[in-house]
Amino acid sequence: MAIRVSALERYEARRSLLHQADARVKLPVTVAYIFAVTLTPVGHWTALALMAAPLPLAVASGGLSPLLVLRRSALALPFVLAAVPLIFTRQGETLFTLPPFGWDASRQGLVAVTTILAKSWLSVTAAVVLTATTSAVALVQGLRSLALPRILVATVSFMYRYIFVIAEEALRLVRARDSRSAWVEGRKSGGTAWWRAGTLGNMVGSLFLRSYERSERVYAAMQARGYDGEPRFLWNPPWRAAEITLGALVALYAAGIQVYAHY
Amino acid sequence: MRTIEVSAAVRTAVEITGLHFAYPDGVKALRGVDLTLGEGEKLALLGPNGAGKSTFLMHLNGILRGSGDIEIMGRCLRNHNIRYVRSQVGLVFEHPDDQLFSPTVLDDVAYGPLYMGLPKDEVLRRARWALEQVGMAGFEERMPHRLSMGQKKRVAIATVLSMHPPILALDEPTSSLAPSARRELIHLLDELPQTMIVSTHDIPMVRDLFPRTVVMDEGQVVADGDTQIILSDTALLAAHGLEVF
Repeated sequence: MAIRVSALERYEARRSLLHQADARVKLPVTVAYIFAVTLTPVGHWTALALMAAPLPLAVASGGLSPLLVLRRSALALPFVLAAVPLIFTRQGETLFTLPPFGWDASRQGLVAVTTILAKSWLSVTAAVVLTATTSAVALVQGLRSLALPRILVATVSFMYRYIFVIAEEALRLVRARDSRSAWVEGRKSGGTAWWRAGTLGNMVGSLFLRSYERSERVYAAMQARGYDGEPRFLWNPPWRAAEITLGALVALYAAGIQVYAHY
Repeated sequence: MRTIEVSAAVRTAVEITGLHFAYPDGVKALRGVDLTLGEGEKLALLGPNGAGKSTFLMHLNGILRGSGDIEIMGRCLRNHNIRYVRSQVGLVFEHPDDQLFSPTVLDDVAYGPLYMGLPKDEVLRRARWALEQVGMAGFEERMPHRLSMGQKKRVAIATVLSMHPPILALDEPTSSLAPSARRELIHLLDELPQTMIVSTHDIPMVRDLFPRTVVMDEGQVVADGDTQIILSDTALLAAHGLEVF
C-alpha cells in the first residue's frame, strides 16, 4: 500500500555524474546559486539569462527529463500569483488599463513581476535538480557536514523517515472512512458538509495523536540504544578535489555575473 | 489451480470474475481472481504476506478498482452505485486505529448510519445494538485510542455492524490479539449471521469457524474448497508458505 504515497519521493535514481557528485559540494553550490539569483537586479535580462545558463547543463548531466523538472518547478507559480498585483500598484508609465476597475498597469510593475517570476522559477528549478539528483540521506549528511545545527538536521532527517509512515496512515484512515460512507436507496445520505468537515477534523486529530504517540515510542527506542541527540553516520567519504573545483567554479560564475550586473 | 465443488448456496452474495489489479508502480497484486460466495457462507482467505488478500478485500466495496466484474448482492459494482455497495459490504481493516477516528466509541459506531442519513434515534439504536453485539456496551463514551487491542478490534467490527451490511469482509481480525481476546473474537465471529469473508493467518480459527477456504498466492486463487480437505493437504500449504500447527 506504499504505492500512492511513494509520489512524495523526490529522488530520481540514476547513475549520472551529478548523482555521484558529493552532496557536501552540491548543497552549498545550490544555496550560493539561489542566493546569487535573488541578488540579480530587477529587469537585468542579460544577467538573468546568464544565471539560467547552468541549469540546462545540470539537467542534462543529471540525466533528468526536462519535462519532469518543468513539472516540479511549477511549484513556484503560486508565489508568483502573489506578486501579480505589483503590475497595478507600482507607479510608472501606463501600459494598459484593466477595464472593469480602471486600474493602470505600469511598465515598471510588469518588469518587477517578470523578474520575480524568473528569479523564483530559477531558484525552484535549482532546488528541484538538487533534490532529484541527491538522495534524502545524502542531503541530510550534507547538511550535517556543513555544520548546520544538529537539532535542525535531526528534524529534517526524522521528517523524511516518518513522512511516508504518516502519509500511509492518512491513506488508510481515508480508505476506512470511505468504506463506511454508504448510501441507502430512497434516503438523502452523506450528512451535512459541516458534519463531514467535523469528521475530517477528527481524522486529522487522530492522525496527530498517533504521530505524537509514535514519536514518543521512537524516542524511547532510540534512547534504549544510546541516542544522545547526535545522529551518527558511517558514511564519511573523502573530499574529491575535482568536485570542489567544479563547485567553486559554478559559485564564481554566479558571483561574476552579479559583479557584472551591479557595476 | 485446484477446485473442489462447493454445494450451491441459496443466493449469490458475491460474484467476482477475472479480477486484475496493478498498483500504480506496476506491482501486479491481483492476476485474474474468480470467486463466488453464496449468501450466509463463511469463507476464509489464506495466503502468505503479499499474496493479494487485503488488495482483494478492498475491491469488494470499491475502495480499489481493478478490471474484471464484481457483483455484490446481484448488482454489478459501478461508479454510480459504489456508495450503495458500501452499505452492503462491511469492510473491517486489519489495524483498528485506521478505522476508529472519532473522539468517542459511540461517535465512531454512529458514523456509518449517520452518513446513510438515518434519523437520530435510529442511529443511536443501531449504535447501541452493534456495541452490544460485540460485547462493548458501556464503552460508549470511551476514547477509542485508549482501548486495548482486543477492544479496538471489537469496536471496529461494531462500526460496520451498525450499518447492517449483509456481507462482512474482515482483514486479519485475530492478528496481534492475546489468546483470551482472540478466543472472544472467534466466539463473536461464530455468532454473527452475516455472509463472511475473512483473510487470516490464524489456521486454528479457520478450522473452527469456516467451512470453506480459499488459498491465494501471487494474486491468484490457488485452491478453493472444503476447509478440512485443504488444511489436510500439507503439500499445498507448504507450497504457499502456510503451516498447520
